[in-house]
Amino acid sequence: MSPAPDLRPEPLAGPPAGRAPPAWGASAATAERPSPAAGDGPRSRPIGNPAPPRFRPLILPVGDTALTVDFGDAIDPLRNRAVLALEQSLAAAELPGILETVPSYRALMIVYDPAEIGFGPLAEQVRARLDRLEGRALAPRRRWVVPVAYDPPFGLDLDELSQALGLPAEAILSRHATPAYSVYMVGFAPGFTYLGGLDPALAVPRRASPRPIVPAGSVMIGGQQAAIVSVPIPTGWYVIGRTPMRAFDPDRADPFMFRPGDRVRFRPVRPAEFARLAALPADELRILAREDAACQDF
Amino acid sequence: MPGFLRAIAPTPFVTVQDRGRQGWRRFGVSASGAMDPDQLALANVLVGNPPGEAGLEFAFAAGVWEVGAGQCRIAVSGGAFAVAVDGVPVPAFATVTLRRGQSLTIGAAPDAVWGYLAVAGGFVLPDQLGSLSTHARSGIGGFAGRSLRAGDELELAAERAGGRGERRIVPPPPPAGPIAVVLGPQLDRFTEAAVETLLGTEYRIDRHSDRMAYRLAGATLAHRGGHDIVSDGTMPGSIQVPGNGMPLVLMRDCQTTGGYPKIATAVTADLPRLAQLRPEAALRFRAVTVEEAQRLRAHRMAALQRLLRSIPHRSATCVPVAFRPEPADRPESAERAADRPGLAAPSGG
Repeated sequence: MSPAPDLRPEPLAGPPAGRAPPAWGASAATAERPSPAAGDGPRSRPIGNPAPPRFRPLILPVGDTALTVDFGDAIDPLRNRAVLALEQSLAAAELPGILETVPSYRALMIVYDPAEIGFGPLAEQVRARLDRLEGRALAPRRRWVVPVAYDPPFGLDLDELSQALGLPAEAILSRHATPAYSVYMVGFAPGFTYLGGLDPALAVPRRASPRPIVPAGSVMIGGQQAAIVSVPIPTGWYVIGRTPMRAFDPDRADPFMFRPGDRVRFRPVRPAEFARLAALPADELRILAREDAACQDF
Repeated sequence: MPGFLRAIAPTPFVTVQDRGRQGWRRFGVSASGAMDPDQLALANVLVGNPPGEAGLEFAFAAGVWEVGAGQCRIAVSGGAFAVAVDGVPVPAFATVTLRRGQSLTIGAAPDAVWGYLAVAGGFVLPDQLGSLSTHARSGIGGFAGRSLRAGDELELAAERAGGRGERRIVPPPPPAGPIAVVLGPQLDRFTEAAVETLLGTEYRIDRHSDRMAYRLAGATLAHRGGHDIVSDGTMPGSIQVPGNGMPLVLMRDCQTTGGYPKIATAVTADLPRLAQLRPEAALRFRAVTVEEAQRLRAHRMAALQRLLRSIPHRSATCVPVAFRPEPADRPESAERAADRPGLAAPSGG
């Protein structure tokens, strides 16, 4: 197999003046890839390799209108990529009776119409595709560069997190803004985006007392995960910044910015730029954040 | 002037619901939709709507409403709710035509939680993500993404409605007996004793229940290997068991993913019946195979179709302004259903 591609992100527009630049290629990038065979390449790359054990997912009923293809109770990029590869394989097959699919960290839930296809026949269809999953290329990933203001009042819990981790705020900021994250799943609330790829040095238990509400756009850390908040929610995670991007905007032509499998990097911005970006129309702001739309320099 | 229905003194949980939105779960959007979709369909077909038209869903009672302009034909379903027009009682499961200025009061039912108010022609509301269903938690759909408040006005889609012949049916009693569940998907996260307890003991509906989840009170269920799992997909009917061991059944407004192990899933055919259990009501569960659950679902759908076809289907007496065609939903003509067994005698017209 080909060697692992270079995952180090290109330099971003740069951190605010006076702060150390992010340490490129720090542990975060490798943390997401336990094995060199993970092949988290820039574009289409086969998933599955001789190196990692082949997944033998369980196909289990979720009542009479859904089933789950369970790749195992763990968060890791290989499982997640297998979930997405299976979803894409099923979507391409356009099997009758499948109403929708719900990818999560480690499983693909398939909602189906039992009047069109039974549990057994659908499970057979899934099994047939699982056998051909290895070597299947994932669709090209969309790439986003998400501006984040970390300064007060946006980084609500930055100081508290700094104390909890024993790291200066600048170090947290740079470690957070360095890695290229993967969208593992969108769930919990409309557009709520779970990201994998957090620097392990930033892993932290939840706050002792949850906040009753944090605003949409909050950028958070909890456990070994990072997330982008799409609608106001209560949370026990640490809010370390805020983006003017609207991950969910029901009035936008494409209401949801992020899809499972997308790549996300964070770009630190000053409050003044946050205000300027926040004033832009939602669609314009969204286009600006597409890295592959040649808008690297905001 | 377009007709409208005004909320005078609504109860707290009146929302616009249809059959829910499909295809957005992968973006974290709950399907929502009527807690008892068969009853919504019944009210709709009574007033001449397609079964999946959006109506008002209420919990326990709907309060006081008024026709602000125009007129409309309405029907209430879900249970034997105390319906009155200008203080004069009228039956549930029947159509009645309200004229301008008339008040509609919907009080409690002895036998149900969720009731439905359908109006002929439906409401003029923008759909969001393909549905009019309200998901209040995320502010999506329905009337401004929230439950109705005093003073709200719902514009009626039909210019005039009512006229000839009111319709009425006597709905068959809901089936009794244990709620059927399909075990799993995280059966391996529970002890054998936990499964025996779920299937062998009585639970009660806890008062802290809502459109998102019904909490159950009863014997605790022991986990095997902790109560946290890496989040995966959930469905209405999923029976989650959090750390305290007390099961809760996810309902229509449930999150799309969850991090508690799910011991079983209540089947589609029994979920509306479970939804209509009042707080403190007792229930039991029984395990069925997926195939059996799918047969139950097919039977229930067929029974609903028979019931809907039993409703006299006249040429429309309303003129829809914003007609939303749903050809697949249209009930078949009444002629075919005229002699079907088990039907309540239509009394109107």
